[in-house]
Amino acid sequence: MREHRLADATEIGRMITRIATQIIEHNKGVEDLALVGIVRRGDVLARRLAAELKRLEGHEVPVGVIDITLYRDDLQLAAEMPMVQTSSIPFDISDKIIVLADDVLFTGRTVRAALTEILDFGRPRMIQLAVLVDRIHRELPIGADFIGRKIPAARDEIIDVYFQETDGKEGVFIKKRANEETEK
Amino acid sequence: MTWTHKHLLGLEGLSRDELTFLLDTAERFHEVLDRPIPFVPALRGKTILNMFYEPSTRTSMSFAMAGKRLSADMVGFSKLTSAVQKGENLLDTVRTIESMRVDGVVIRHSCPGSAKFIADRIDAFVVNAGDGAHEHPTQGLLDLFAARKRVGSFEGKRLVIVGDITHGRVARSAIIGFAAMGAKVTICGPPTLIPRDLGKAFPYIEIDHDFDRASKDADMVMMLRIQLERQHTGLFPSIREYRRLYCLTAQRLKKLKPDVVVMHPGPMNRGVEIEPAVADGANSVILAQVRAGVAVRMAILYILAGGELER
Repeated sequence: MREHRLADATEIGRMITRIATQIIEHNKGVEDLALVGIVRRGDVLARRLAAELKRLEGHEVPVGVIDITLYRDDLQLAAEMPMVQTSSIPFDISDKIIVLADDVLFTGRTVRAALTEILDFGRPRMIQLAVLVDRIHRELPIGADFIGRKIPAARDEIIDVYFQETDGKEGVFIKKRANEETEK
Repeated sequence: MTWTHKHLLGLEGLSRDELTFLLDTAERFHEVLDRPIPFVPALRGKTILNMFYEPSTRTSMSFAMAGKRLSADMVGFSKLTSAVQKGENLLDTVRTIESMRVDGVVIRHSCPGSAKFIADRIDAFVVNAGDGAHEHPTQGLLDLFAARKRVGSFEGKRLVIVGDITHGRVARSAIIGFAAMGAKVTICGPPTLIPRDLGKAFPYIEIDHDFDRASKDADMVMMLRIQLERQHTGLFPSIREYRRLYCLTAQRLKKLKPDVVVMHPGPMNRGVEIEPAVADGANSVILAQVRAGVAVRMAILYILAGGELER
């Protein structure tokens, strides 16, 4: 299936800079802020945002990682088992402002699972959501606070975000879903 | 990694990749145990039956805790309080359970093969929690898990298992598991406590009745519990003699590698097969083994429950 590139590395870089700026503006600084990325790729976004916040504000924002596999609402693992990654939030999240980061916001189910998981680690003052791509077709009442780009893709289209760190290439891509292919 | 097994009846037949997959998954659950709220909703809505036909505290508790930490409904069953007391046979008990629609069964029974007997007859997944002298696979996994944290890779490492092998499902699962991971296994103990054809069943192991010689360059030693209730069977002369020849004392430990890993499946007879100073010392991973037990049992319940729809 042919993929079309919707954004390249430079554009992704600009989106991240803008999201970081909005986070600072919205929270009037980065005090008490912490980033939590959802594996895999949300954690890359979280780390890049942290680097950007450091550059802009000169302040180190802690970064945590969560894998929501154990919190999914559809425990139907394929015969090909995904390796469950270790969640790691190496700081106390109580009273922190958590910015949850993921690459694509689609149905909202991943974010729902991530919220449940984060709340098992403690009681943050607030949780905000940053995504690189927001596509429509939400199945839950969930919205993002910081958005790189809104892409109203059709249900049978797949949006992929690739990062150098995880995929060896960089960009936002769209393609038609092949018949049997399931949602990633 | 493709997981193709519906049940866990033993470690026999599992490949190194499969064992590694189980241990890596357990690693993830080990992290969950450290959280402020050590529960995950992964098995919400699943019902798992804990059937214990033999007395057991740590294994049955460990399974119950593992299931609860995964948010599964754990239903307990013990021989003393059930209709087994009224003469119900195993197959009828199993059919009764089956009609209640459970997703998984954990079974401990004194008869070798009992877990397979049930697995062949029901739709639910079955985990063997010890069947007679056959296997105790989750014990073998937790031994591997606790040891791996210390030794890293098992390739070429030496494990010495000391004690009563005749009655030992723990030893059997350990032999199979550690050997599959690439370790060299030596069995040690009085000849009367080592089955005569053990070498035939496991041609890749070494048997040595001299503890000091066997353990000289060991990377791991596993001290098995001496079943004191069996001491009048004539299988070993006296506790005193056993202690002299096979007890892991502080003095003996000094002659071993400085970083040797000391394991014991529990419950311990302190002062018989292992001295308290060794059991509580820096080389011991005995308490880590107990904690590992919950993590590996979470991993196996999760994997077996999760693969269900794809079978």
